Amino acid sequence: MTGEEAPTPRDVAVVAFAQTEHRRSTEESSEVEMLMPVLHEVLARTGLKAADIGFTCSGSSDYLAGRAFSFTLALDGVGAWPPISESHVEADGAWALYEAWTKLLTTDADTALVYSYGTSSSGSIRDVLTRQLDPYYLAPLWPDAVALAALQAQALVDAGDTDETALAAVGARSRADATANPHAQLTGNVPQGDYVVRPLRTGDCPPVSDGAAAVILAAGERARELCERPAWIRGIDHRIEAHALGVRDLTDSPSARLAAEHAGAFERPVDTAELHAPFSSQEVILRKALRLDGSVRVNPSGGALAANPVMAAGLIRIGEAAARIHSGESDRALAHATSGPCLQQNLVAVLEGDPR
Amino acid sequence: MPEVLKAPLVVAFPFTRSLGPVQSAFLTGLRERVVLGVRTTDGRTLVPPVEYDPVTAEEIGELVEVAPTGTVTTWAWNPAPRRGQPLATPFAWVLVRLDGADTALLHALDAPGPHSVHTGMRVRVRWARERTGAITDIACFEPHEGGPGRPTGHSGAFGNPLTAIVTPARLDYTYTPGRAQSAYINALSERRTVGERCPSCHKVYVPPRGACPTCGLATAERVEVGPRGTVTTFCIVNIKAKNLDIEVPYVYAHIALDGADLALHARIGGIPYDQVRMGLRVEPVWTEDARYPDHYRPSGEPDADYETYRELL
Repeated sequence: MTGEEAPTPRDVAVVAFAQTEHRRSTEESSEVEMLMPVLHEVLARTGLKAADIGFTCSGSSDYLAGRAFSFTLALDGVGAWPPISESHVEADGAWALYEAWTKLLTTDADTALVYSYGTSSSGSIRDVLTRQLDPYYLAPLWPDAVALAALQAQALVDAGDTDETALAAVGARSRADATANPHAQLTGNVPQGDYVVRPLRTGDCPPVSDGAAAVILAAGERARELCERPAWIRGIDHRIEAHALGVRDLTDSPSARLAAEHAGAFERPVDTAELHAPFSSQEVILRKALRLDGSVRVNPSGGALAANPVMAAGLIRIGEAAARIHSGESDRALAHATSGPCLQQNLVAVLEGDPR
Repeated sequence: MPEVLKAPLVVAFPFTRSLGPVQSAFLTGLRERVVLGVRTTDGRTLVPPVEYDPVTAEEIGELVEVAPTGTVTTWAWNPAPRRGQPLATPFAWVLVRLDGADTALLHALDAPGPHSVHTGMRVRVRWARERTGAITDIACFEPHEGGPGRPTGHSGAFGNPLTAIVTPARLDYTYTPGRAQSAYINALSERRTVGERCPSCHKVYVPPRGACPTCGLATAERVEVGPRGTVTTFCIVNIKAKNLDIEVPYVYAHIALDGADLALHARIGGIPYDQVRMGLRVEPVWTEDARYPDHYRPSGEPDADYETYRELL
């Protein structure tokens, strides 16, 4: 160590966001056909061309498509020839954004395009997600994503943190808010329905969605050139906890809390939070872990209960939070993404607009 | 024929996985109706066991037998069992803390209905009749009245321990190739080859994938190409592939169909392998009911000039 202070890291902002109208099925399109309009839209918002982008990073999963290296075909949509600086994460696009953010911090690039997509309709998403489980003790039992979320929801009910009425209210509020979101799939008065896996009913579960999203990041002055009110990323962190559900306290999310703390979320209050909570019960847990009280506007987009394109739903939370800063509806927003069973992995970003 | 195609796609894979010493003891134990946990550095007993302490990351391996009885720590009623799940009739998913353990195991509970299940209820292991050394050797849990069951007193050392398990998996998909590739496949059924032209750089892509990888634009204009083409480059295959009844050596080539800006690849026939050359003009040979040309053969035209295909190499 030289004792010298590290140089101040450059400021990086989300300067543009675009997403598809999320739908139950996009079988008339290939993935790249679904994705391309979103890429064109996000570039058009900044006036950038594909060739102007310094770094490109995408998130998707072969298990959704049922094909190996499926992301390579989607690359046609970004104009990957002549060669570009590109990377891919087999994860939600929020984690691709994290990689792009670190790339911009290194000063290797001034702009980045981040996109992600998923076609949950290609297979049976409840079964597909069992393949992310531990292959020795869990996956052979095929416990589907709703079943695992339901175990977590019952633990919450037993702990007195919520009840079925309160869970139904989360779903109802999300879909009511989604009526103002032209991209949402489920909006308005959606029946709570029967139990899918008790205590979770249809209304507590996310729709099966196909969709895509894209974000452009830019550093420093470049961000101001490209966007009237950039959404500055003040911090991002992601944390993981034990995979085995029986080791964890399912009523809490210590990894989300720790990620928020390291992202600086607790330093000052936020006015908006976009939470990636595919199940109503998970919003209850996240509100507690992230210390969000009634003064914070939670999921004005409708959240994942209104549209859940797997692999894009987390990136969309960051995009939605940023869009609220772009439009002046928010000054300081928290965005959250999750992955794995029962909120195993959590990413938190804190976004701010310039003071007014 | 419909404009947009779709077809069932099954992905099935039997993964063979090696076991570490702790997983081996646990799964071998299940085969022998013994449930083993592992002791952590701070003295807790983890069931199911892991090889590294989840808090300190230290390697751990001290095996501890726990009882085949336990307590439900949380549950969820599954009214519609899915393929591969432990029971075919409605059941409860449960996390069970076995007597003697500090953590819980996920499995199924056979119970008559959701009203007969609650957190804190006592349950016991129901063993599968045939056991192979897998988590499914526990067929499920069933309600249990009373206190802890009796451990067998096993040390955790087995005569013929498992060293690996095979975990089969199957996922069912509907494959949809999208607009551009559907058009390509539909045209092939009429023995035609279609590509798509980029609106910006005007290149014709075959097979079309709906996007120009140079411009990043949607390719919308459909263009018929071929049927004849030019060999741009080739290789001679000398090793016979399994289940392939083509005699070696044979030639595999890149073929630029007339009007296309991208070469396809296909086998060359109808000419001795050592006479295939760059610039050779070829035409497709279709066999009965085939969905694509079986191979390409010389068309009899003079060789193409290098300048006409140098950009397509």
